[in-house]
Amino acid sequence: MQTIKTDFVLDAKGLACPMPIVRTKKTMKTLEPGQVLEVQATDKGSKADLRAWAESTGNQYLGTLEEGDVLRHYVRKSSGSDQEAPAFADTVDNETVEAKRTESDALVLDVRETAEYAFAHVPGAVNIPLGELESRISELDTNKTIYVVCRTGSRSDLACQKLSANGFNVKNVLPGMSSWTFETASTVN
Amino acid sequence: MSVNAMSAKEVTRKLINREPLFILDVRNADAFQDWKIEGENFEHLNVPYFDLIDGVDEILGDLPTDQDILVVCAKEGSSIFVAEMLEEAGRSVSYLANGMKGWSEHLEPISLGTLNETGADRGEVVQFVRIGKGCLSYMIISEGEAVLVDATRMTDTYLDYANERGVKITHVFDTHLHADHISGGREIAEKTGATYWLPPKDATEVTFDYAALEDGVNVKVGDTQIDVHALYSPGHTIGSTSFVVDGRYLLTGDILFIDSIGRPDLAGLAEDWVGDLRNSLYKTYRELSDELIVLPAHFMIIEELNADGSVAEKLNVLLANNHGLNIEDEEVFRKMVTENLPPQPNAYQDIRETNMGKMTPDLETQREMEVGPNRCAVR
Repeated sequence: MQTIKTDFVLDAKGLACPMPIVRTKKTMKTLEPGQVLEVQATDKGSKADLRAWAESTGNQYLGTLEEGDVLRHYVRKSSGSDQEAPAFADTVDNETVEAKRTESDALVLDVRETAEYAFAHVPGAVNIPLGELESRISELDTNKTIYVVCRTGSRSDLACQKLSANGFNVKNVLPGMSSWTFETASTVN
Repeated sequence: MSVNAMSAKEVTRKLINREPLFILDVRNADAFQDWKIEGENFEHLNVPYFDLIDGVDEILGDLPTDQDILVVCAKEGSSIFVAEMLEEAGRSVSYLANGMKGWSEHLEPISLGTLNETGADRGEVVQFVRIGKGCLSYMIISEGEAVLVDATRMTDTYLDYANERGVKITHVFDTHLHADHISGGREIAEKTGATYWLPPKDATEVTFDYAALEDGVNVKVGDTQIDVHALYSPGHTIGSTSFVVDGRYLLTGDILFIDSIGRPDLAGLAEDWVGDLRNSLYKTYRELSDELIVLPAHFMIIEELNADGSVAEKLNVLLANNHGLNIEDEEVFRKMVTENLPPQPNAYQDIRETNMGKMTPDLETQREMEVGPNRCAVR
């Protein structure tokens, strides 16, 4: 069973509805915007309810893994920074990335959290969460054109600014994974 | 604080008696839209429980003060949670015991009256109305014996009922291999020593022994002339079989309903079976007495219930009023049946395999497989 890195794990196993969602709501209040929560539950109905709850509250439901009787739900707390207008000027749309991603000098860099990346990402994309970018910048190839993607273009905008200042050839992908309609890959399920 | 529980049986009585009821359904919007408790004078408000965790103040104004309020969820936990908050806010409400799970599993036995009026023991047909899912099953009783048709997986209900009535179940029939609900027929036969019958054309892949239900099969219930006569009527499935009971009732399975007709596609064979369906509806049934009372295996909408909660109508009334029986042109019929199909029932392939004996899911999984409304008809 693959483990997905999260900021907090809530154990709601053995609890019947409504408690898994009540606990989730309470726990989410303690998380920082953008952080990811894993909710472990055994109530089968928690999957549809958690998804519906996340949608109605603006939080991001990432997916659910099933391991025997245990459901592991992943949900990311809504982040205010997603609403800011991108500042990095060199942008491309999703269609361009889909057309160019297999070219030999192209690299798709996904700067979302690992849990977001795990459930669905552009095939071949490399994952370095924004928070780890500084320490892992040496993993990237300066000779490549790097298409930086996140959910809505905000985190990738910050990543582009940082990478560009370090001499990388980067383009910010807009609107990003929230509107990605092409094939995706997954590292789970 | 304790909140009043209302049983599925009490809700069923309100439904049959056309009483008003205000239903606060606290499941998520998708679940509510897919399937809910419907009644002629039932009103609904859907607010998911997770929108009410911080309080119910926002919905107090939307709740009536002059009628019964029932809070409903999937299993009952969330409805108790919300009902307690409403009680604290000074409102008197009930919650549905066991939630939609209990609603789906409730069977209401309704007697359709007596058979064979000349005999000393007049016998009886009892229709078990699975009100939440629209499934109908039958117990035909005469002189201490009983025959079951299209029993659901709530086998204890039939066994207890037979016990109460002091009758022994001797034969158990399934009119076809069901795809919308899990049959209890085989289990009941095993527990009672009754013979379990299935149409062989539907049973090519089953993993257990059964008696071949073929055209012309005849069984007697009790010692007198209450007979149950099989009539091959394919179309919903290739094996679908109807029954004429005591020359008075026509059990149509999933071929003919009160306000609609069967769908031929649940094994992926709409094109192949539509001709059979046409033949069963337009030839086989028309050769029978039109005074027969049609007893289907499903109802689709609450309007199909009679005043006493039963689902039954004379064949001649259906021949006049049921749209599916009144399409002259065979091509038009073919088109209607193959192009107007509703979504497939939830988990219908798994349900078929369970009924074949290929899968033995646990009870919780069986419940999940059956969640949702019945979708066996085309209208």
